[in-house]
Amino acid sequence: MDYVIQQVLNALSFGAEYALIALGLAIVFSIMGLVNFAHGEVIAFGGYSMIIVATLLTANPWVLMIGVLAFCVLASVVLERVAFRTVRRADLTTGLLTAFGVSIVLQNLFLLLGSPRPMAATQFIFLDQTLTLGNIRVSSLQIYETGATIIAIGLLMLFLRKTTLGVAMRAAALDFEMVRLCGIRANRVIAGAFAISGLLAGLACIFIMARRGSVAPHMGFDPVLTAFVACVIGGFGSLPGAVLGGFLLGITEVAVLVLLPQSYGGMAQAAVFTLVALILIWRPDGILSPALDKGDKI
Amino acid sequence: MLQIESLKVFHGPIEAVHGIDINVPEGKCVTLLGTNGAGKTSTLSSITGTARATGTIRLDGEDISRLSIEERCKLGIALSPEGRRIFANLTVYDNLIMGGATRRDKKQLTADIAAWFVQFPVLGERSSQRAGTLSGGEQQMLAIARALVSNPRILLLDEPSLGLAPQITAKIFEIIRDLKTLGMTILLVEQNASAAIEVSDYVYVLNTGTISSHGDASKFGDGTKLVDELTGVHR
Repeated sequence: MDYVIQQVLNALSFGAEYALIALGLAIVFSIMGLVNFAHGEVIAFGGYSMIIVATLLTANPWVLMIGVLAFCVLASVVLERVAFRTVRRADLTTGLLTAFGVSIVLQNLFLLLGSPRPMAATQFIFLDQTLTLGNIRVSSLQIYETGATIIAIGLLMLFLRKTTLGVAMRAAALDFEMVRLCGIRANRVIAGAFAISGLLAGLACIFIMARRGSVAPHMGFDPVLTAFVACVIGGFGSLPGAVLGGFLLGITEVAVLVLLPQSYGGMAQAAVFTLVALILIWRPDGILSPALDKGDKI
Repeated sequence: MLQIESLKVFHGPIEAVHGIDINVPEGKCVTLLGTNGAGKTSTLSSITGTARATGTIRLDGEDISRLSIEERCKLGIALSPEGRRIFANLTVYDNLIMGGATRRDKKQLTADIAAWFVQFPVLGERSSQRAGTLSGGEQQMLAIARALVSNPRILLLDEPSLGLAPQITAKIFEIIRDLKTLGMTILLVEQNASAAIEVSDYVYVLNTGTISSHGDASKFGDGTKLVDELTGVHR
């Protein structure tokens, strides 16, 4: 029982992290068709901002958390303004290459201005404690991560349904030009999407830092690659798809690790991606891909 | 109210409209008639700012031809586009909220939406339904209502009868007639010549990017002669 609950929490917290990052990718993609591979560098930037704030200002972890969220939003919005706005009208491939370019530039900036080796930033480690509930021992970080993700998804849903900007973002995913024809500024909608994406990156950054306790130039790349796979499984451009894909990937990963015999541990990734391949054979556009436009109603 | 002078519209390197003049006086309904590819939608796109164009477009005497799509909308140009382009993934109500997004008086906006629901009861009944579930005629009404909630100075209607059954088309033209009595300035683009001529005050006939004839609607009778001319039918 103990073991099962621990593994379920494991799966949920992995899934939550993937879902958070996948949502950040999906919200930008749904609106402007850009796969933002520089998303991982926004997460890494959050980590470096922790060190800067801790050295210059205060090491109070709560202040640092707000700082991480704020810096990630800022980084995301600035990237849009500086890099992606200029190629907005260009081909989709141009956007993708720009994202890779930005990602490489940022990684090298971290290398040059920071350090090629991991730098310690341990202020969030206190989130990870072992809780004893009756005779079950669980990690508090996993509970926080799952809980925070569910709350963030709930708030995002409220925002997308109840505010004019949120509704405009959903409308823009379908027909951006028509949204502009309604007088809603394109820049505002896109900046909004990047701000939300940055906020989600910041949240993910807090939990990643609580687990790692250090920041490194390339730390954002792997999570974003996994989140990209989560988006593909769920259906690229679909926000519920990103969440579903994230959790599905987390759960599968843990399940494969638990179910495979110890000596096959190295096969875990292969097993996960075999499952991904099977899902894509079953639904090539992802599980919750937006319904195809079946043409005009007559 | 809307004056267009020597307007040329481009799609990439291709010139679709070759320098036309159009005048839409306040409170009148002016129609652009023409066959497929005559440049009707291109002309509207140049007014809303979605197509590349040269020439001057004046709204109330002010040149708007260099403004962005959003700025033109804020000045009071509202479009009910060809193919309706409603937001199928949003509710009917949220579609109207999008239409009124430029308005600052949010309370008055809610009241106005309620008023339009009285005008279009079908939409009122389905206000919390996804717009994609509406029938073609209902979607057309929604597209018109979405344009109207912005309180526009001028309403651009692009082929509102496209793909609709005859009874529904009649209903749509009834709505246009009602709007005219309310004093709305309308620029209508149509292929349904007889119905369009009937509701309009003035008619421009567009033929492969140039205006081949124009005049008071009464000059065109019921439009049969015009249609024969445009389609090359000899009776």
